[in-house]
Amino acid sequence: MTEALDQVFVLLSRWLVSFLPAGWRPAAGVALSVAAIVCLFPALFALTVLLERKGLGRMQNRIGPNRVGPLGILQPIADGIKSLTKEDIVPTSADGVVHFLAPVVLATAVFMGFAVLPMGRNMTLAKMDAGLLFYFAIGASTELSVFMAGWSSRNKYSLLGAMRAVAQMISYEVPLLMSSVAVVMIAGSLSLDRIVEAQNHYTWGLPHWYIFTPWGFAGFVLFAIAATAETNRSPFDLPEGESELVAGYFTEYSGFKFALFFLGEYLAMFSISGLGATLFLGGWSAPFSFLGWVPSWIWFFGKLLVSMCVFIWMRGTLPRLRQDQLMNFAWKFVLPLTMLNLMVAALWHFLGDGWARWAVCSAILAVSYVGMAWVGMRRMHFGARSYRYAE
Amino acid sequence: MGHPAFSVSHREQVAPMSFVFYVLAAVTLAGALAAVLLKNTVHCALALTVAFAGLALLYLELDAQFAGFAQILVYIGAVAILIVFAILLTKGSETPKDGVYSKNWLAGLAIAAGVFAVLGWAVLESARVLPGSGGTPTAAPAVTVLQIGNALMGRYVLPLEIVALLLTAALIGAVIVAMHEKEETR
Amino acid sequence: MLGEGILKGMAETAKNFAGSFVSAERLTTVQYPEERIAPIEATRDFPFLVYDGADWEAGLRCVACQICEKECPPKCIYIEKSADKKPDYVGKPQFYPAKFDIDISVCMSCQICVEVCPFEAIKMDTEFELSTADRFGGLLFDRRRLAKPNEYYHRIHPAEAAAVDARLAEGKAKANVKQTNAAIAAAVKGAEIPARLPGGGD
Repeated sequence: MTEALDQVFVLLSRWLVSFLPAGWRPAAGVALSVAAIVCLFPALFALTVLLERKGLGRMQNRIGPNRVGPLGILQPIADGIKSLTKEDIVPTSADGVVHFLAPVVLATAVFMGFAVLPMGRNMTLAKMDAGLLFYFAIGASTELSVFMAGWSSRNKYSLLGAMRAVAQMISYEVPLLMSSVAVVMIAGSLSLDRIVEAQNHYTWGLPHWYIFTPWGFAGFVLFAIAATAETNRSPFDLPEGESELVAGYFTEYSGFKFALFFLGEYLAMFSISGLGATLFLGGWSAPFSFLGWVPSWIWFFGKLLVSMCVFIWMRGTLPRLRQDQLMNFAWKFVLPLTMLNLMVAALWHFLGDGWARWAVCSAILAVSYVGMAWVGMRRMHFGARSYRYAE
Repeated sequence: MGHPAFSVSHREQVAPMSFVFYVLAAVTLAGALAAVLLKNTVHCALALTVAFAGLALLYLELDAQFAGFAQILVYIGAVAILIVFAILLTKGSETPKDGVYSKNWLAGLAIAAGVFAVLGWAVLESARVLPGSGGTPTAAPAVTVLQIGNALMGRYVLPLEIVALLLTAALIGAVIVAMHEKEETR
Repeated sequence: MLGEGILKGMAETAKNFAGSFVSAERLTTVQYPEERIAPIEATRDFPFLVYDGADWEAGLRCVACQICEKECPPKCIYIEKSADKKPDYVGKPQFYPAKFDIDISVCMSCQICVEVCPFEAIKMDTEFELSTADRFGGLLFDRRRLAKPNEYYHRIHPAEAAAVDARLAEGKAKANVKQTNAAIAAAVKGAEIPARLPGGGD
């Protein structure tokens, strides 16, 4: 019974596809899965937008939207209708073709990233040996669409926002990759399915998720920081800082194209949370072995939703980082730590089983974290401000 | 989900000129031509990106997974961005007054044709020279990332380190050049 | 510890989030227009004219002295004096405003008209839901619209209205005393001064 519930979507798609002649079945199966992804994730996006507005509101001592439907549940529908019926304004001096293609490229690239995420047992759309590499390759294409959006608007503020966004995304791409490489090293494969399989073991009921190892914990934190910066999410949302650049690189977009950018940003958040869950949190595996009867896809989407809640929480808590602070942070702190993490992961592997490797790895990471921070903050003056008045 | 429909790691006899190949080749050629013939430089850069994407898909069609993904990651994700940044930060974004087509286009065409002839001859000869070619060309064995990694760390470790050194030197050089410019403008 | 500030901040927002469901201190939203906060004593919006009694025309305190019209900084008051007079609250015949218009799209709620009025006739109202589709005529209030009873004034500014009433009563008492003294003086002047008071002497 639990097995059937776990595989319910796989069985459903096989049953639906069995109505077609044998030659068409593989393609139909893939098309069905693609349709499922294309319908599911925008629905999750609508839910997340509502959750974000209500959640942020509560964190800021106010109620979020509550007029449309009970508790504001139908607010995303209202937002959707608004975006779709707004007039599509294209500035006359804007580059028409590129202006149109930018959100299309973004949406396409982001949707393609979902193809390699294992959303449950046997529930990966495309089982690739180099799945992780595919994901990062596609992710790199989103930078191009950001640039296209900013440049085609022929608006110097949009261009400035686009340049900042691209610089930020490129800077944080490297720590993102490096923190994932540690996982690849230990798991021994670039295939996301095999990485999840490697984490799906339990000792005394506790799972072997990589986050429960010193290098995995540090790697997860660094991955989370880099992921927040990759998706232009607070506190790294300077490119779309509403108070600075109107809306940054998508200032000149209205109506459906703006909705596509917004959708692309949230979908990128979903897919990178999914990747983080796959790499460090065990993907679709349950937290305790006695909870294995719960379907695997519930765990995956649960972890995804928890990540979204943390993203929203961070947005409600932290102020925005300035561009130079952001870049300094990336190159001078996050990147050296990820490289060190890589070496610590290797050390973990070669020290063999036992408590020694826990102590050594944790010690190295803690000391280097404190050391790097101390070095970086030497010139900063914290504490109460002193004022100097003109006399 | 779970149907390995377009099985990417499946060894098969690839027909030399399949429909997919024609489409991808057309896309790549169109991108490359547009990159040369368009007036706006940024448009040219974006068309070049399309050509890169076409190449990457061709690699993937040939089951060269690592090459395909590395092509996307490096060329589209980094080189294309570099090109557009270079265009924007210099005066390349303004279209030149006297047109973009060179006066010596005939000489250029001749040279390009010569290069193409040499490359084409090399490719056709290699089909004859490589093993397993008894008339019908077969697909190359699928090379996994594991094999590439082993080769890089085993047999080809010296070139890897030298390339790494070269890249580091380039990076440091770029930083130094930029820093010096900042010194001058002060 | 490093990163401690971030964690403390996150704890604070988590407290806000959880607390907003249980305590009113962490959810300060007032869902207007279903819920309204009671205005405080000193709330003010646009002026209105006070009248005593039931008849607004007869009881209107304003005597058209036009001081408020002259003192108003954006000149939003327009007064036309009447031709005849009617008695005021002490009985003295006074002019009254035939026209008293305030353009509330111009009025800046500075309360100067209230401060300079010697007759406690114009006071500040608290009504703010005055939206109208007519941008010009709908925002020009005539004296009928501006006249509101003293009871209303007591409702919106209880302490102030009580003080005003006390002042007016005092004024009325003083006026009564003056009147009585004047009547006695007139009576004494007009009558003969007897040598001796009738009915026995001192």
